Amino acid sequence: MARIVSLAEAVKAAVRDGDTVAMEGFTHLIPHAAGHEIIRQGRKHLTLIRMTPDLIYDQLIGMGCAGKLIFSWGGNPGVGSLHRFRDAVENGWPNRLEIVEHSHAAMANAYEAGAANLPFAAFRGYIGSDLPKVNPHIKRITCPFTGESLAAVPSHRPDVAVIHAQRADRKGNVMIEGVLGVQKEAVLASKRSIVTVEEIVDDFGPRNLNAVILPSWTVGYVAEVPGGAFPSYAQGYYPRNNAFYKEWDEIARERDTFLAWMKANVLEKGPDAFRQYARKLEAAE
Amino acid sequence: MADYKPNEMMTIAASRALKDTDVCFVGIGQPSAAANLARLNHAPNVTLIYESGTLGTKPSVLPLSIGDGELCETALTTVSVPEMFRYWLQGGRISVGFLGGAQIDKYANLNTTVVGDYNKPKVRLPGGGGAPEIAISCGEIFIIMKQSKRSFVNKIDFFTSIGHGSGGDSREKFGVRTKGPTRLITDLAIYEPDAETKEMVVTSIHPGVTREAIQENTGWTVRFANDVARTAEPTKQELEILRDLNARTARAHGEAA
Repeated sequence: MARIVSLAEAVKAAVRDGDTVAMEGFTHLIPHAAGHEIIRQGRKHLTLIRMTPDLIYDQLIGMGCAGKLIFSWGGNPGVGSLHRFRDAVENGWPNRLEIVEHSHAAMANAYEAGAANLPFAAFRGYIGSDLPKVNPHIKRITCPFTGESLAAVPSHRPDVAVIHAQRADRKGNVMIEGVLGVQKEAVLASKRSIVTVEEIVDDFGPRNLNAVILPSWTVGYVAEVPGGAFPSYAQGYYPRNNAFYKEWDEIARERDTFLAWMKANVLEKGPDAFRQYARKLEAAE
Repeated sequence: MADYKPNEMMTIAASRALKDTDVCFVGIGQPSAAANLARLNHAPNVTLIYESGTLGTKPSVLPLSIGDGELCETALTTVSVPEMFRYWLQGGRISVGFLGGAQIDKYANLNTTVVGDYNKPKVRLPGGGGAPEIAISCGEIFIIMKQSKRSFVNKIDFFTSIGHGSGGDSREKFGVRTKGPTRLITDLAIYEPDAETKEMVVTSIHPGVTREAIQENTGWTVRFANDVARTAEPTKQELEILRDLNARTARAHGEAA
């Protein structure tokens, strides 16, 4: 049953050094505040899983929290490179980063297989690609019925999933609307989970009847962190801050500007720093 | 004669390739501009799909990322990412995939992974994202890329997604039944695969561009079709719609929330 706690308590209880951690949110609802808390608590040697590492993993990698990254697209969307990710892969700074590289289809299938308690996922993929040559976790399997050769990858079974959602109720049932990404699958595939939310409500009120994606008994910890997805967005609350994604390109380009920004905006701050970005848009009707 | 940039010619030429009946898997950047120009111009019923799960989206501004709120708000519906890749892409429900890349070879194989050796890269690029499966599961592929000797290379450093492999019946040998790249649209010309060898050959040259300029910006010896067409200049309407779209987009992205 979900426990409603502070973000600091949730990270302390759920994330350990050396854990495999999946922080998901496909452009929408990226759990940035939780990422900052993991950095502040100084977690090390994490294996990070995420389809699109984005700014959140650029920050964790640059601060030396990660030893390994399992991913499928490591850029700053619409802007260019993730400079801290590149520095780690190209120069081993601040430490060597092992990479396990997949395609989006493989990652999505691997989460789904994890949620379904299967050991691997099969799909039509990677044909003619060099990725299987550099990633030994990509294998081929023959369909026992048709003989078709398919790609197989191991399921994702993270120690911890971390996601951000719009709302939870006081029991810890979790609601998401809009771009759904792979958050439901990531939480169901993981041993433990943290869900940060824009708000905890007494009652969800009028809602899409399919909007509760995770019942409280599938969730570990819930923490209210308004604005916690900034600079990504929360549908119905605040838009994606595209300007910040562009600014990040400059901030992260050099090691010293990156470290100065992280000190001022992460190490010396707390989850309340995200409150300034929180908004709630009026319902359309 | 209208005044326009090579980049605009490229986007407009790419947009013309989309039909009103197409279901198109759209990537960010140039593909997104071309696909939305088609929708706002000659193909109002084209179905645009972004890998964030948005089906039938009609954004008024171009998204910066693949999952901007604008895409979801203007979509017919939005499905999860596993469903997107399993039911919609792998399910064979998408007629056209629009791709770009950092490097391309004459068989339209693409590299978006690394420049140099994989384990000691000179440049670590973002990676494949959806491309490896888009390349095999969409009915056909349009590629949009600016030409230069650095990007149009004799040998790509890494095969991220397959085009026509080593040519000929490469795709069939892999058991792939989709067409693969049927059009490569650049800032200089349009290429289509040779029926036999599958090498991408120039079938249309943009106005004001010479064969020499195309060769100078290509790392392999370019083949030209027997009857090379001249790409029609951008119309006033195409340019107006594209520029309005770009201006709206710049305004929207400049505004910090």
